[in-house]
Amino acid sequence: MGETMEIGAYSFGDTQRHEDGSLRSTHEAVRNLHEAIVHADEVGLDYFGVGEHHTTTMPASSPGATIAAAAAATKQIILGSAASIISTDDPVRVYQQFATADAISGGGRIEITAGRGSSVETFPLFGYDLGDHDELYANKLNLLMTISESDSEEVTWSGSRRPDIPNLAVVPRPVQGRMPIWLATGGNAGSSARAGQLGLPVSYGIIGGAPHRFAPLAELYRETAKRAGHPEENIKVSVAAMGLIAPTKEEALERFYPGWYNLNVEMGRLRGWPEPDPNAYYAQANAPGAYYIGDPDEVAERIVHLHGHMGHMRHFLQMDIGGLPQDHLLESITLLATEVKPRVERLLAKK
Amino acid sequence: MTTAPTELRTIGILGAGRVGTAVARQALKAGYEVKIATAKSASEISLIVEIITPGAIAVDAAEAASADLVVIAVPLHKYRTLDPELLAGLTAIDVMNYWAPIDGELDDFEGDPRTSSEIIQAYLPETRIVKSLNHIGYHDLEEDGREPGSPDRRALALASDDEEAKALVAGFIDRLGYDAVDAGPLSAGRAYQPGTEIFASAHNAEQMRALLEAAKQPAPS
Repeated sequence: MGETMEIGAYSFGDTQRHEDGSLRSTHEAVRNLHEAIVHADEVGLDYFGVGEHHTTTMPASSPGATIAAAAAATKQIILGSAASIISTDDPVRVYQQFATADAISGGGRIEITAGRGSSVETFPLFGYDLGDHDELYANKLNLLMTISESDSEEVTWSGSRRPDIPNLAVVPRPVQGRMPIWLATGGNAGSSARAGQLGLPVSYGIIGGAPHRFAPLAELYRETAKRAGHPEENIKVSVAAMGLIAPTKEEALERFYPGWYNLNVEMGRLRGWPEPDPNAYYAQANAPGAYYIGDPDEVAERIVHLHGHMGHMRHFLQMDIGGLPQDHLLESITLLATEVKPRVERLLAKK
Repeated sequence: MTTAPTELRTIGILGAGRVGTAVARQALKAGYEVKIATAKSASEISLIVEIITPGAIAVDAAEAASADLVVIAVPLHKYRTLDPELLAGLTAIDVMNYWAPIDGELDDFEGDPRTSSEIIQAYLPETRIVKSLNHIGYHDLEEDGREPGSPDRRALALASDDEEAKALVAGFIDRLGYDAVDAGPLSAGRAYQPGTEIFASAHNAEQMRALLEAAKQPAPS
């Protein structure tokens, strides 16, 4: 088959912590994120995605700006959003920002991943009514695809949640004519069917439970796309999951835990969760749990195991949750690119 | 709660999201016949049902409402798309939650002192509403189920103003792999809504009874 697998990372630009647990500055977090992307390019990682969040602990609020800067400072890595919250942004602006990054990058390395947004912080921030979420998402996604599929610089569009666009230029256009638009989903069956109907590549965010249980969703996606008659080259699956690589599994578990704890305390404060339970951590951090935490051998084997279930072509990890120290992030990126990736390739070649 | 009716055979599930499909798979595993309906037509969701919940049947809402027990698993903000006439006379499990930090504030629920299930009950006056399955994660539902008597069997609370409906649902919960613990009338569902200790983690029957009992006490002043 000659299956290939892109290996990558994604981040919400989590803010690092002082020794006493208090937050460092958000501008430092953004700078660290930029450094991590440049490093990922240098060591040979295939992909880096920037996730849009708008909180003090996750300040990567502008994937477009981050990716434009990274486009100038990198040579080969594919850059994208993971994801852009399309429901509460203007698809014209999102497209322009990423097309600008594409021009800066020289072309062919920039993608947009459009998502609904799993948290609702963007609604008050940008003045939207949460009651309109479904319609906003459908409308904005339709506009984004219309711009993307337009053969000329002039775009015509009309919809219900935004003023019409009567044959107006949306520039710059991507160097290679089209920029990939992915659809992000957390595992709702309807979203998989929607991606298949639209013929968009799909990105699964798997943050809990056994990842191979997403296999039927990928099957539903592919079958829906096939029945809708979409060309096979657009039908692609990627997987975004949490994880961390260290020289040994023990070190990886130790390094990831404080950030996991911080994240759960933070989410618990908002959502009424109890004190984080270390047993829950270990349940997720060991196979068949959701987190890809381990040494390069284990993580490579688990990625290939999931590939057997989902046939995905890209697997990328969120490593810096809850303020992971920057040196641990950079080391994990290095191990992912130089140790995990070749192992994945060898294991896939054997299949 | 010991006289679970035995004639419960078909489960109708309204909603094919993560929760609805997880309940469907667990119910299929328990040997029930499962029918799933959404706001879309049966033919539009047939592929989803075939692949995501193999063994279940995609139907229109009217046919789902002919089941022996109905599970309401639509997004809470869409509850007004349910047809009260269609659901009249049925027993239905309300698995929905009002969880403002996650789903945003909804006017119907924010300003109302009643629990979300009481509001659903008022909207569906002829339906026997039982609040349950709302306080277990959809991953967990398929993983934590155990045989009756297992030492680590997890408990699920249920509340309803109708004792017969509660007995029917208790039998269903038991077959899904959980100890059913009676919390009392529908208003007692407050004890396992989002933000409570019961909602946030797993408990066995003994722990569940203690937590439900504690929730009945007036808050210390």
